[in-house]
Amino acid sequence: MAILKDNDRKQLTEIFGQLTNPVKLVLFTQDVECDYCQITHEMVEEVCSLSPKLTLEVKDFVKDEAEAEKMGIDKIPALAIFGDKDYGIRLYGVPSGYEFSSLIESIVDVSLRRHGLPDNVLAELAKVDKPVRMQVLITPT
Amino acid sequence: MVEVTEFPHLAVKYEVQGVPHTVINEEEHVIGLVSPIEFAQAVLRSIGK
Repeated sequence: MAILKDNDRKQLTEIFGQLTNPVKLVLFTQDVECDYCQITHEMVEEVCSLSPKLTLEVKDFVKDEAEAEKMGIDKIPALAIFGDKDYGIRLYGVPSGYEFSSLIESIVDVSLRRHGLPDNVLAELAKVDKPVRMQVLITPT
Repeated sequence: MVEVTEFPHLAVKYEVQGVPHTVINEEEHVIGLVSPIEFAQAVLRSIGK
C-alpha cells in the first residue's frame, strides 16, 4: 500500500523539479525490519522514485556495521542525506508529519547547496575548529 | 534529528520536556526555536569558545 497520497506525489514532483545536483539517501534498517524501519523504508522508496536526481541505498545495520559506524549511526531507522559530500545530516525515526517536511527541505537544500544562513552567522560558525554533534530531539506532530 | 518517541531513552537521558530540544556535543542544550545567531553562539559555547 502506498504511503504517499496522489496529492503528495504531485506536490513532491513539483518541488523536486527544482533539484539541480543529485542527492543520495542512505537508509539503515535491518533484515527483519522493525515497524518504524519498514514504514521509513517504504516512504523513502516512494520519495526517491519521484525524481531521477534521487537515489536510495539500503544498508543493514548489523551486516554493514562498519559503514554505520563510519557514518556515526547508532540506532535505526536512520537516514543519511548525501550530496557531493557528507553534510552530516542524519534523521532517526520515521520522518512523518512535520518531520516529513524537514526531510524534503533537507533534500532540496543539499541538492541546491544552500543553507540560508546570513553572513554574521557564518562568521561565527567559521570559528568552529573541531567536530560538533548536534542532536535535534523532536516528537511527531 | 531524532524522533524521541521512538528512542525514549534519549528523552530521559537529556531530560527533554519540550521540543525541539537540541543537544550540542552533549554540553549545550538549546530549548525551542532560537535565532540562527543564538544557535551559532551555543555551538561555540559547546566547544569552549
